[in-house]
Amino acid sequence: MNFNFTDEQKLLKKLYKEFTENEVEPIAGEIDEEERFPVETVEKMKNNGMLGIPFPKKYGGQGGDNQAYVMLVEELSKACGTTGVIVSAHTSLCCAPIYEFGTEEQKQKYLVPLAKGEKLGAFGLTEANAGTDAAGQQTKAVLDGDHYILNGSKIFITNAANADIFIVMAMTDKSKGTRGISAFIVEKDYEGFSIGKKELKMGIRGSATCELIFEDVKVPKENLLGREGKGFSIAMKTLDGGRIGIAAQALGIAQGAIDETVKYVKERKQFGRSIAKFQNTQFQLADMQTKVDAARLLVYRAAFNKDNKLSYSNEAAMAKLFASEVSMEVTTKAVQLHGGYGYTREYPVERMMRDAKITEIYEGTSEVQKMVVSAHML
Amino acid sequence: MMDKKDYRGVFVFVEQRNKEIQNVSLELIGIGKELAENLNQKVTAVLLGNEVKEIEKLGYYGADNIIYAEDEELDIYMTEPYTKVLKEVIEDKKPEIVLFGATAIGRDVAPRLAGRIHTGLTADCTKLEINEDNNDLMMTRPAFGGNIMATIECPDHRPQMATVRPGVMKKADKDTTKRVEIEKFSVKIEEKDKTYEILEVVEEKTNKIDIQEANILVSGGRGVGNPDNFKLLEDTAQILGGVVSSSRAAVDSDWMPKEVQVGQTGKTVRPDLYIACGISGAIQHLAGMEESEFIVAVNKDETAPIFEASDVGIVGDLNKVLPALNQELKKLKEEKEAL
Amino acid sequence: MKIIVCIKQVPDTTEVRLNPETGTLIREGVPSIINPDDKCGLEAALVLKDKYDAHVTVLTMGPTQADFALKEALAMGADEAILMTDRAFAGADTWATSLTLAKALEKMEYDLIIAGRQAIDGDTAQVGPELAEHLKIPHVSYVEALEKGDDSSLILKRKFEDGYHKVKVKMPCLITTLSEMNKPRYMKVGLVFDAHREKEIKKLTFDDLDINKEEIGLKGSPTKVKKSFTKGAKTAGKVYKDLDEKEAAKLIVEKLKEKFII
Repeated sequence: MNFNFTDEQKLLKKLYKEFTENEVEPIAGEIDEEERFPVETVEKMKNNGMLGIPFPKKYGGQGGDNQAYVMLVEELSKACGTTGVIVSAHTSLCCAPIYEFGTEEQKQKYLVPLAKGEKLGAFGLTEANAGTDAAGQQTKAVLDGDHYILNGSKIFITNAANADIFIVMAMTDKSKGTRGISAFIVEKDYEGFSIGKKELKMGIRGSATCELIFEDVKVPKENLLGREGKGFSIAMKTLDGGRIGIAAQALGIAQGAIDETVKYVKERKQFGRSIAKFQNTQFQLADMQTKVDAARLLVYRAAFNKDNKLSYSNEAAMAKLFASEVSMEVTTKAVQLHGGYGYTREYPVERMMRDAKITEIYEGTSEVQKMVVSAHML
Repeated sequence: MMDKKDYRGVFVFVEQRNKEIQNVSLELIGIGKELAENLNQKVTAVLLGNEVKEIEKLGYYGADNIIYAEDEELDIYMTEPYTKVLKEVIEDKKPEIVLFGATAIGRDVAPRLAGRIHTGLTADCTKLEINEDNNDLMMTRPAFGGNIMATIECPDHRPQMATVRPGVMKKADKDTTKRVEIEKFSVKIEEKDKTYEILEVVEEKTNKIDIQEANILVSGGRGVGNPDNFKLLEDTAQILGGVVSSSRAAVDSDWMPKEVQVGQTGKTVRPDLYIACGISGAIQHLAGMEESEFIVAVNKDETAPIFEASDVGIVGDLNKVLPALNQELKKLKEEKEAL
Repeated sequence: MKIIVCIKQVPDTTEVRLNPETGTLIREGVPSIINPDDKCGLEAALVLKDKYDAHVTVLTMGPTQADFALKEALAMGADEAILMTDRAFAGADTWATSLTLAKALEKMEYDLIIAGRQAIDGDTAQVGPELAEHLKIPHVSYVEALEKGDDSSLILKRKFEDGYHKVKVKMPCLITTLSEMNKPRYMKVGLVFDAHREKEIKKLTFDDLDINKEEIGLKGSPTKVKKSFTKGAKTAGKVYKDLDEKEAAKLIVEKLKEKFII
């Protein structure tokens, strides 16, 4: 067991940290305030090879691994939860399923530009009536000659307004239940496919979370991902990987909140001294950092397992469950330690708290994660 | 191997730009004179240029001798011609010590020369003394980004060479009665000595007051927060008759121009009063101002290292303290004027 | 076009603190970085690589940990990296350092050698010019801008305190670069992987050079450190924590009056 980062990981961390400090942090508050998707940051990340880290070079990726990729999500999220989830959703929910389940032609056509960052990806599973109950898919796909015709809608889709390529789940055979769901690669320009309203959210407000609307959308049959009926299983496996990314996002948000708080409590004075000198502050911070360190170990263990072809579904669920709950707790405490100032938008911790909440919900609620973990035990 | 006993005399390379002798050279003649007196030797100013103005200044500020290599080709600094001439001077006169200003010119010619004549060169010395035991030059300088001081010696090679930053040494008192003979040194600069070609000479004169000449500096750092807030410091400086300077952080953020940067990579200052506002006091900054006579620091963070260097430290918000200070100072000025 | 960039791995001296009680340096936890002036030199080389397909080699003389700095340089885009490391090199002043580097470089092919103006730990700005002298090639220091000229020459902006010279120099030559010159690029993720998984850093030791031990390292250094010391915890003046702004202002004015500054 080695609990230390390798030289390679240390150098990556240096890169991620510098990039985040210089490019992400300065606009984090602004993109939240304006609910603006940071296109300029995505462009810069593309230029530095940050949008296809764990994929082989022959598919346009950087030839790295999942630990390297989630480390990026963590670092980005320390300053900006929005930027972290943009990378996570793109990499784990769109690139990864094509890499893991796609044909060679699909990889060449879609994975290469996605991994290069030339195109942005998204993932459409959730529907108005199918959230935790993901099997209740109502979007339909009917084979007609050389195309599948898709009808239906998706909601709460991350990256939607700015994505070029979507992995969409649809029901091809209702009689077979979950085994009747299939996965498709859908391009944003397909006729009949439109992006619906943008959600006005509590947090990660720079992330474009929208509806997807399918009205007789013709999807070429070559774009069926995997085999008919395998869609649900592909979705579940994809979410297993995505969970590690979200866990890293939650982890980064929590650590960022702690770092801000440490700065603040050294400066803020009450009763004649800095509040860092009070034991309550010290004890709170100690608890917060210990929990975040524990979350970090869970996150990197899950990524390590995935990289080493060990089973990781359980580990990913634990990481996501724990990191997201810690993140909510830590950011809430961070606001509290900032006192009144923490409640204002002058300080970043209120945004971090708002951003943290979603990590307990999307890509499988905490409750779903508990289902996964207990299923492994019983 | 050179015989140390053959080498005598303290030489100072006199830097001229646009035919004007630079202040740093006068400062070096000051310390050069002290060292020479200690060694019972003379201090010689070595000047390279063409039609350089006010050469007599070198004598007024303490030079015992002046060696002047005058040639058109030496008017504007170029590495090889200067290195060649200085080598010839050194081979001819065999000085024991040669001092250079640590300037864009000094830091170019001194190492090239040291490499050519195989001797030791010590950069950015803040103190120069003679070792009483063996008459070697002891050169003290900051290292490790200014975090430690090192005393260097050059025991077996001659001349002992050192560079010193402008503003570190003090000029000797001016004595306009002192007359010094100018010894002309003949040179021959050939085409092959021009190892590069100067296509254009561009002057960028700034009208700002030189912070190294000011007696009072009101200095701002990251804590000032934004460029407009420097107005507060300007007000204080104005009332006190001082000048505004800044730390590197403010220059890197483009709030203040580089000419007013105090610190390791900026300028060294020793004013009578240095007021540090919103400056944390990183070692690199302290290196540039800790020799100030009186240091006042204002910073929100009570753990800021500047408080370890200040004579008076105020933990507070400069946005509140400076206006209050300005008010007090104005009151005092009015009271004085009323008398 | 072949470019060799000399870099130095240095402790980030802006992060070093003095222990206020003992007056000694706290060196633990101080990160190591590529010297800032050198990094700008590397960026200048990479710009030439982008424009003219130049080949960029990075070279450093240092302990074995210096390979971390070389890997960072490779991850920024350098083609090759060389580590000169040997106990015999240790303790060198700028003469001995530049001589050691020269002995390695004289066996290599290059059109341009780039060195940063000065390192933030040594702060001498001497190695570049001394190295050029040992190699008997022209050098231009304090370079703020650089362009390729025709017939194997470079057009440079050479900075002075009050202006600059536009200079033309023929290669092979050496330049020293200022950090005002450019903003170094980020590493690319894929190149970080390459630096650790694909590339080999070439190592040079004393045996690879044509030189005697007495000529380099501590023995070969004309300058010797007689002693080094921290300036010590300066006896700081009083720090006033609980004054409101009016009291603080009055106090400052009192003190200035005491010192006859006003």
